Order: sequence, then C-alpha cells, then structure tokens
Amino acid sequence: MGALGRWLRSFGAFWWDFIVGDDWRVAAGVVAALAITAGLAAARVPAWWFLPVTVLVLLGVSLRRAIRRASTR
Amino acid sequence: MRDALLVLVVFLACAVEAVEALTIVLAVGVSRGWRSAVQGVAAGLLALAVIVAALSPTLIFVPLGALRLVVGGLLLIFGLGWLRKAILRASGFKALHDEDAIYARELAAARAAGRTRRAAVDDWYAFTLSFKGVLLEGLEVVFIVVTFGANQGSIPLAVLGAGIAVVVVTVAGIAVRGPLGRVPENTLKFAVGILLTSFGTFWGAEGAGAHWPGADAALLGVIAVVTLTALGFVALLRRAHGRQIPGPPPVIEPMEVT
Repeated sequence: MGALGRWLRSFGAFWWDFIVGDDWRVAAGVVAALAITAGLAAARVPAWWFLPVTVLVLLGVSLRRAIRRASTR
Repeated sequence: MRDALLVLVVFLACAVEAVEALTIVLAVGVSRGWRSAVQGVAAGLLALAVIVAALSPTLIFVPLGALRLVVGGLLLIFGLGWLRKAILRASGFKALHDEDAIYARELAAARAAGRTRRAAVDDWYAFTLSFKGVLLEGLEVVFIVVTFGANQGSIPLAVLGAGIAVVVVTVAGIAVRGPLGRVPENTLKFAVGILLTSFGTFWGAEGAGAHWPGADAALLGVIAVVTLTALGFVALLRRAHGRQIPGPPPVIEPMEVT
C-alpha cells in the first residue's frame, strides 16, 4: 500500500471513529429508527413516539453489550 | 427557551472539551516551554475557525427538514456515545476521567520526547501536541456549534456559548496553574449526553416528518424522559457492579475525543 493509500485509510478510520464511535450498531439503529419514523409519518400514522422509544432501547442494549465486554476481560 | 438551551448545550460541551485540551497544553507548556505550545493552540483554534466559517454558509442553503433529519441523526449517535460512557463511569464499570492522572502522564511523555526545529516552530513536538489537542477536542464542539446554530438559525449565538466556555476554562487554568481536576467533568459529560440525545431525538423525529404533541414544549418532555431513563440505568448498573467480584482497576484512556 502506497503513502496515499495509508493516508486515505487513516483518514477514513479517523472519521469512522469520530462519527460512528465505539458501537456501530447504535449508529445503524439510529439510521433505521429515523427511516421507520419517516415511513410512519408518510403513512400519516402518529410517528413522534417511535424515535424516543427506540433511542432508549438502543441505549440499554449498548450498555448491556459494554458491560458484558467489560465482564469477560 | 430554545436560545437559552442552545447556549447552555454549547457552553457545557465546549467547557468539557476545553478542560481536556487545557490539560494537554499545560503539560506541554510546563515541560517544554510556552512558545511552541501557544503557537500550536493558535494554529488549532485557527483551523477550527476555518471549519466553522466553511461549514456555516453551506448549511444555510440546506432545507430545514433535511438538515434536522441529518443533524438529529448525528446528534443522536454522538449523544448516545457520550451518555453510554457517562452511565458506565457513574456506575463504576468504566474509570472516571481523571485530569490529574492524564496531566501526569502527558507531562512524563513530553519530558521524554526529543526536540526538533521546523520553520518558525522551535519545538515541533510541543507544537503538534498542542495543535492536535485543540483540534481533536474542538472538532466535536465545532460540529455542535454549527449544527445547533444552523438548526436554530443562530450560529453567532452558538459561537458565543463556545467562546464563553473557552474564556472561562482558560482563565480558570491560568488562576489554578494546573489541570482543572476539580471540575465535575464526568457530571458535565452526563448532562451534555442527555442534552445531545434529547435534541437529536427531537430534531431527528421532526426532520423525518413526525409532529410532536405540544410542539416545542415536547422538547422538555424528551429531556425529562431521557434524564430519568439515564439515572435509572445508573442506579441499576451500580447495583449490578456491586454484585460483581472486584477486578483490577480499569485503565484511563489516552486522549479521548469525547
């Protein structure tokens, strides 16, 4: 891999780490929750409740995964 | 109400990151001299200002709905990251962020490093460490300033909140002449995590086309629910941590962005 390739790789890794962070599943869950909220709103179904509920579930699942990881170290 | 919350969120987030940047810059300045350290700080602040100036005009042209969808999503991802770490720290599953310990480690590393001169910089190591400290800690604040400001239609107000935080932390650092170990950094991070998650939820849902009952007042409800849930997780995990067999103390992470 050339110098440019290494630079691009580290540049990409920096932004991945900056935006996505430790748990990519949270980022994926947020994107999916926003898409479902948009779908509900487009279907004229009350959609405001879906995102907060999903966010709190995502937080709980992410905490559980972090604690399991810490416990198995 | 939204304007006051805007300044509060930016102030708190910026204060936390400024305390962390101050620790790095102090360690560099004390161990290697202030000239190159200050040059690094100035270059870092200039780079952050250029990023704000470049991003702000672009965001004004993005439709508000699309902006809130994207910004809400990103704030949620950032906010949940801050909140998760804050809950793990508050419940004992993760080491507390200790500025005094980080300062001692940075000081030792800075004293051990060699010295090289490049262009107008006497000490390249001191310059790059200060520059990186300010830039990396400041990047997330820039994102918060630009996105909150654009969403509220008031980037200057967001910049004001960030500016006040930088001045307050700098003055405190000069007064104390050491790392600001007494700042309740972990509590501040907890509060910022709650606010970022709440704003992200509110704007994200609005951007996706949902209508909040009670319009803007719903934001206070979201903040209350997120706060109570986070405190509930802390209480739950503290009990779980108490039941676990104590292991070796967790390692304090080097230069975290959050």
